[in-house]
Amino acid sequence: MAGTYHFDAADRHNAFITRVESAAFGDGRLAGIPVAVKDNISTRGMQTTCGSRILKGYIPPYDANVVELLREAGAVIVGKTNLDEFGMGTTTENSGFGPTTNPHDPARVPGGSSGGSAAAVAAGMVPMALGTDTGGSIRCPAAFCGIVGLKPTYGRVSRYGLIAYANSLEQIGPMGRSVADVATLMEVIGRYDARDSTSYDRPYTHALSGEIRGMTIGVPAEYFGEGVDPAVAECVRNAIATLEGAGAAVEECSIPSMEYALAAYYVTCTSEASSNLARFDGVRYGPGVGTKRSWHDEFQEFRSEHFGHEVQRRIMLGTFALSAGYYGKYYAKAQVAKENVRRDFLRVLKSVDVIAGPTMPTIAFRLGEKSDPLSMYLSDVLTVPANLAGVPAISVPCGRVQGMPVGLQIIGRHFADEVVVDVAFAFEQEGSACM
Amino acid sequence: MISEREVESIAKLADIRIEKEELGEFTVQFNAILEYFDVLDRVEAAGEGRADLVNVFREDKVRPSLPVEDILANAGSTEDTFIKGPRVM
Repeated sequence: MAGTYHFDAADRHNAFITRVESAAFGDGRLAGIPVAVKDNISTRGMQTTCGSRILKGYIPPYDANVVELLREAGAVIVGKTNLDEFGMGTTTENSGFGPTTNPHDPARVPGGSSGGSAAAVAAGMVPMALGTDTGGSIRCPAAFCGIVGLKPTYGRVSRYGLIAYANSLEQIGPMGRSVADVATLMEVIGRYDARDSTSYDRPYTHALSGEIRGMTIGVPAEYFGEGVDPAVAECVRNAIATLEGAGAAVEECSIPSMEYALAAYYVTCTSEASSNLARFDGVRYGPGVGTKRSWHDEFQEFRSEHFGHEVQRRIMLGTFALSAGYYGKYYAKAQVAKENVRRDFLRVLKSVDVIAGPTMPTIAFRLGEKSDPLSMYLSDVLTVPANLAGVPAISVPCGRVQGMPVGLQIIGRHFADEVVVDVAFAFEQEGSACM
Repeated sequence: MISEREVESIAKLADIRIEKEELGEFTVQFNAILEYFDVLDRVEAAGEGRADLVNVFREDKVRPSLPVEDILANAGSTEDTFIKGPRVM
């Protein structure tokens, strides 16, 4: 039933950049349910910053497709959540609006880049939220904050109105306290939209089933290799044993292209970012640029002042990877590598129904722990393959290590989002694997 | 290895200005990342392409767009129905 929702939950973790005090809502599947939206998704009439000073004050004149669908379903959009600037980070520390902290331990990061959405859900401010996942940005914060997060199959959710960072990799997806909430939100947003040329007409409608008897789960050796905290690995192996106990068969498998997947990911996303972020020059939106001096002088100064260091670094890495003389060594190779990763997943997923492993190699980092950019990039090693392959992947809480949540990642075939959700649901019914 | 001068020149191409005092650290980090990217040398250059992708085209028909005043509202500097940018010359 239509009405007005008052949003007065205290924001102890800096989860929101912009929030509303109250909002009217209509009838529908999500009538009166507060939903938080990551601040790189356009909301008509509500500031959208991408966590960047370069878009401070920008009020989109239109809604993203997913926001239209939320409004039609009666959801209350209570605010816009914090993120690493333009989604570039694994901790939400790279925000132009200050870091978000982890509700389980405020001395730790919530993960990123959808850290604000994850913290808002984990802190109980909202039951569900939208995030975006370019290389793990939904699954990482879901794992670190102990909630559920789904990166849908590429093409399943419209990117119309998502402010682009790396178009060929990113998807909008649902985050929530339970698998059922994530499935409900996915049913609302998983719709065809002609305004996104990569949108695929395969609407998500699904009745949850926890029945996994007869299914085969592949466990790739690479997901338990070097750099994965042994305690996290053990927790996840226990979780997989729980699924086995529920009737699934478990099979060892291998994704050899994991060796270079992370490098392929970073070359691809920085290259796309260097092109996509060229539009931020202060002329059409955001804080205004000066008009007195020459084009390049004004732009250089404006972009240096308003972009954070990580964004500047990624734009420059991409500019370099696409430059004459280096294109063949970096970008062209990365595209071959990306295709190899896709083929590896297609091959393995012929003989198994889903692949399971840890979402992240460790528990949530302490604030400031990953000050070196390369060490931060390396922590994405288990999440980026699904983006390169375009397959769906979900993170579901599977226990705790040192009191911090651990996520079990389940990866499925293209357009088998329903299957990964079902496996996550089956696990959720069985309970935690370790405490 | 790329030099501080090369990093400066990439920054210029990207319309970003790196402060002199930040250039050293930026170059060190840049080189560490590029060294990591060398793992791509192990990928065979001539991989198989995708045969299953199709282009999505539509007729170039005039359709309603957003109101001009809504677009101008976000611009820092405007005149009539135009947005003002920095000098070109």
